[in-house]
Amino acid sequence: MTAAEVASPSSGRGGAFASILSIGTLLLIGILAFSIRLFSVIKYESVIHEFDPYFNYRVTQYLSKAGIYEFWNWFDDRTWYPLGRVIGGTVYPGLTLTAGTMWWVANALNIPLSVETACVFTAPVFSAFAAWSTYALTKEVKGIGAGLTAAALIAMVPSYISRSVAGSYDNEGVAIFALVFTFYLYLKTLNTGSLFYATLNALAYFYMVCSWGGYTFIINLIPMHVLLCIVTGRYSSRLYIAYSPLVILGTLLAALVPVVGFNAVMTSEHFASFLVFVILQVVAIVYYTKRILTPKAFRVAVAVVLTVGTIVALTLIAVLIALVATSPTKGWSGRSLSLLDPTYASKYIPIIASVSEHQPPTWPSYFMDINILAFLVPAGVIACFLPLSDSSTFVVLYLVTAVYFSGVMVRLMLVFAPAACIMSGIALSEAFGTLTLSVKYQIELPDPPTGPVAPVDQTAAGATSETSASATAADLAKDKSVSEKGKETLRERPKRSRKKEKESAEKSVVKKAPKKKASKVLPFEASAVAIVLLLLLVSFYVIHCVWAAAEAYSAPSIVLTSHTADGMHVFDDFREAYAWLSHNTEENDKVASWWDYGYQTTAMANRTVIVDNNTWNNTHIATVGMAMSSPERQAWEIYQTLDVKYVFVIFGGLVGYPSDDINKFLWMVRIGGGVFPHIKEADYLRDGQYRIDAQATPTMLNSLMYKLSYYRFAEATMDGKGYDRVRRTEIGKKSFKLTHFEEVFTTHHWMVRIYKLKPPKNRFRGKNKRRTKPMITDRRNEDPPYLWLTTLYRSVEVKCYLAKVPFGDVDGRQLESFWRHKYRN
Amino acid sequence: MASSTRSQALLLLVVLLPALVAAFSEDNPTDQRVLVLLEDLALKSSHSIFFKSLSSRGYELDFKLADDTKLALQRYGEYLYDALILFAPSVEGHLGGNLDVAAILDFVDSGHDLILAADTHTSDLIRDIATECGVDFDEDTEAVVIDHINFAIEGESDHSLIIGDKLVESDVILGKGGVKDPVLFRGIGHSVNPASDLVVTVLSASPSAFSAPPNAVLKSPPALTGTSISLVSLVQARNNARILVSGSLDLFSDKFFKSSVQKFGSSSRSGSGNEKLAVELSKWTFHERGHLKAVNVNHHKVGEKDEPSMYRITDNLEYSLEIYEWTGKAWKPYQADDVQVQFYMMSPYVLKTLDHNGKGLFYTSFQVPDVYGVFQFKVEYRRLGYTSLTLSKQIPVRPFRHNEYERFIKAAYPYYGGAFSMMTGFFIFGIVFLYHK
Repeated sequence: MTAAEVASPSSGRGGAFASILSIGTLLLIGILAFSIRLFSVIKYESVIHEFDPYFNYRVTQYLSKAGIYEFWNWFDDRTWYPLGRVIGGTVYPGLTLTAGTMWWVANALNIPLSVETACVFTAPVFSAFAAWSTYALTKEVKGIGAGLTAAALIAMVPSYISRSVAGSYDNEGVAIFALVFTFYLYLKTLNTGSLFYATLNALAYFYMVCSWGGYTFIINLIPMHVLLCIVTGRYSSRLYIAYSPLVILGTLLAALVPVVGFNAVMTSEHFASFLVFVILQVVAIVYYTKRILTPKAFRVAVAVVLTVGTIVALTLIAVLIALVATSPTKGWSGRSLSLLDPTYASKYIPIIASVSEHQPPTWPSYFMDINILAFLVPAGVIACFLPLSDSSTFVVLYLVTAVYFSGVMVRLMLVFAPAACIMSGIALSEAFGTLTLSVKYQIELPDPPTGPVAPVDQTAAGATSETSASATAADLAKDKSVSEKGKETLRERPKRSRKKEKESAEKSVVKKAPKKKASKVLPFEASAVAIVLLLLLVSFYVIHCVWAAAEAYSAPSIVLTSHTADGMHVFDDFREAYAWLSHNTEENDKVASWWDYGYQTTAMANRTVIVDNNTWNNTHIATVGMAMSSPERQAWEIYQTLDVKYVFVIFGGLVGYPSDDINKFLWMVRIGGGVFPHIKEADYLRDGQYRIDAQATPTMLNSLMYKLSYYRFAEATMDGKGYDRVRRTEIGKKSFKLTHFEEVFTTHHWMVRIYKLKPPKNRFRGKNKRRTKPMITDRRNEDPPYLWLTTLYRSVEVKCYLAKVPFGDVDGRQLESFWRHKYRN
Repeated sequence: MASSTRSQALLLLVVLLPALVAAFSEDNPTDQRVLVLLEDLALKSSHSIFFKSLSSRGYELDFKLADDTKLALQRYGEYLYDALILFAPSVEGHLGGNLDVAAILDFVDSGHDLILAADTHTSDLIRDIATECGVDFDEDTEAVVIDHINFAIEGESDHSLIIGDKLVESDVILGKGGVKDPVLFRGIGHSVNPASDLVVTVLSASPSAFSAPPNAVLKSPPALTGTSISLVSLVQARNNARILVSGSLDLFSDKFFKSSVQKFGSSSRSGSGNEKLAVELSKWTFHERGHLKAVNVNHHKVGEKDEPSMYRITDNLEYSLEIYEWTGKAWKPYQADDVQVQFYMMSPYVLKTLDHNGKGLFYTSFQVPDVYGVFQFKVEYRRLGYTSLTLSKQIPVRPFRHNEYERFIKAAYPYYGGAFSMMTGFFIFGIVFLYHK
């Protein structure tokens, strides 16, 4: 649908029909962007997903309840106990304010939305906006056709969908829109030289700063582009207007956001923009004086200024370096440093390295997340050089930096996706433009075109029908046309640079179109085949995107499903556990868990947590990590000092849920050991291997995490052996008792296990051994055949307890059938 | 809220109508119903003075044989008694009605009191109960405490009737003036777990004592010797249940109460201190003394009345609470100069000693530190012989709101001046640049 629709308006030019068609297309693209993200609501339900969104949701609730001033000054005493967290000053408020405003507007119009609904649908709505602003941005670079294609591509690019499905209520949902929109306004200002757009640009930048920490990307990329323009002799007054107001206004506005504050002028991330600002002023003065002085006087002036200027600049730089060098991280935050040096985090900050989205991506993830765009991007880059304009250099620069960043952190694939879409949009639109034009030209003028192009294309196009091959064929075809076009623009360029009037790239493309006709016509058959192949390629992209949206990226991760032969199983253990906590514990009880589950616990169970996903205090997290890796008694003491009443662990061993706490445990050890050196990672590894079977180290088997995960586990498994389905091994220590913790709740599939800390002993025992021990009759030891039955009985008892079925006088046959019913698989 | 108004009302009654107070059984910590388990009903007459003193103080004593099969501590989940006196040192296995160690410990853990007496032949049951409470009787079942220097000449030739005069110095435990007269003791010794802060030795043996089987030739030095032998100990569990453990059942007997004592080597005779000791210890154990309660914990900003839900850093606040002591009949204001409050977040940020007005009101005021977080007002008051008071009240402390900072800072006036002069300068420059030829 999209490819055909998008291609048509780019070929039709001028007239009301074309503009109506493109508006209609844009609307459809918006609807597509919105609706492709609703799979999660249709397949699951309208819930908030994952971890961070729960925090954002909770903040939005507070905002809608208490108002903006209370939100600004919100001191949250239910998290990071006992330190608390100043939410108003540590949160990027953009997303919350956006959703809160949407909710408020809807209610003011008597549309009774719940806050949750507003939150769930914020990201899909903003992905439509993002598609439209991508259109606008690409239009600034290469015209309407490229714009529409790029918009259609970004509407369904899997990488972006992964962060913006309905329910994924996270900063990125609005930030990508803000990012693209800021870039669009920058290019618009650059192309028009209008101070109005420059001001809008600063405001858009402000919105971006409000929304996401990724704003530093903007404030480094734009200066880089300005510098590039200056170096390549493309300085103009438009550039000056595009950049100077942005830095001044943008920095002032950024400093208004509480979480940024003085960082906007004090951290190294922002220095580049100021340096380029100074350079731009110098360049502007140089151009100005050059205009008003005679060449000779100018040369003298340059000599004087250069000598004085270098001395001043050198001293300034020396002072700056000395200042920066005094800070241990050289003024850079950990996350930024790990961007520049990809090995930084794994060396120094386990807490950053432990998050999977901060890891470098693998090659398949590129194919998964941007699919065919990966092949189209190079063609788009080449198209951007023909002709090279200020705006096309910008998108090329954007692409190059985004490729690098996406290679460092898988999370930044998201920043790369718009660049890839823009480039691919340009490539596709250029290719379709050339091909359809030659088809049309052939129909109009049946003369055969000039020779050498045809054989290349035909062999390439006829070679294979595979998508990747057809992509290369298209590229080849384009490369050919592109090289011709290149020559043309080279000839044209001196003329163009002399002109000083504002000239948008779009106009130049349109103007050149008739001239191209004669020189770059391809044979009819080749063009037709190439069009068909390109359409095929694009339809594969659509199929992949829909599949990714429906299958890969829609799971809310708080509800899990699995498909087996006898249908779908739903694992709703997380909400079961949170509901248990909220109904069965005191309001001010403190609940400890690994930090991943902090946001969900505060939002869903409404209980105070010790640490959460906002990892601002490493020591506090390390304390919890230390408790989890300590033996029971020490752990109990640590938790006691934190007033913890309940501890829960996520355990996947019974149903095979791989991202459970045992698999995260080494990170707890590392983070704990980073602050408390008596926790040593080597103690938990046997010959460098992480294992929980009989070969595991005693430290590992005695750690609280092991005990809380595997307490009573062996009894619950079918054969009493304790086979862990995640680690695919039998556990090392099977029967043990807990002395300082008691199990209070275990969810249906054992995925969440909640324990209560026992209170301090009422009495101190003496030292004498107890003499009259009650006789323990362990039938399992004396009568092996009985083992099976006792295990069975116990498991069924546990299951009955969990399923709330009364366990009374169940006889053997009932047991058997119950057993079979429960464990068919 | 409700409980504080109720206790306020109660306070009024306590202050205004002391005569009525005895009627408040729900807030009366003294035990009422006491189950006395005897090995032999003869003990009832041989220890009659002790029991009489109890019943004359208002206790309902329910005498049962220790192996009575109909024994029950609780019925329908409710305890039938407030306290238990276990004068059955040689009952083996379990008591009647299937009362075992666990049942008795549950009784204690649910806040009830226990008096436990051992004797020269003490069963494992009694030893286990004592051990669980932190008191270890000598493991040698034949051993008794022998003292060849500090013994009473009335006793047998094995010098096992010894004289104890090393008593704990505490008016709360032993009553005003303490026990002056020597105490007769015949029985086994015990040691207390030194790690435990819940056990207090009331009566310990003299340095020359040791614990060994009488008339036996010792091949190795005895396990317990000298002052480390405790003869009578008190335990106060964390839930303030009180336990009296004595190594001697005879210590409570009429015979010891009435006999006069002549210490070996001294010519003077005096009356025994046993009666006073036993009666005072029973008073302490049954919460007639040393029982504190804290009510009306209150805190607010200086100049305000109501308790805020949150403080701001550097606020000035006032904190007060009322502490009363139970006299056995009424609550009277507690007076002490060593009650302290902590303003606590992982460690105490403020530690203040509370002033008091002599009427039970303890108060202080201080400034909230310049640190935000979730703080607690903590009072942890532990004194020898008194119930331990542990109170904590959570209160968050927030940072300044956006409009609570100073609006204009003196040090910044040059910057304000700079900003405004820049603005005017630019304005004038703009006019000149645009309209001046």
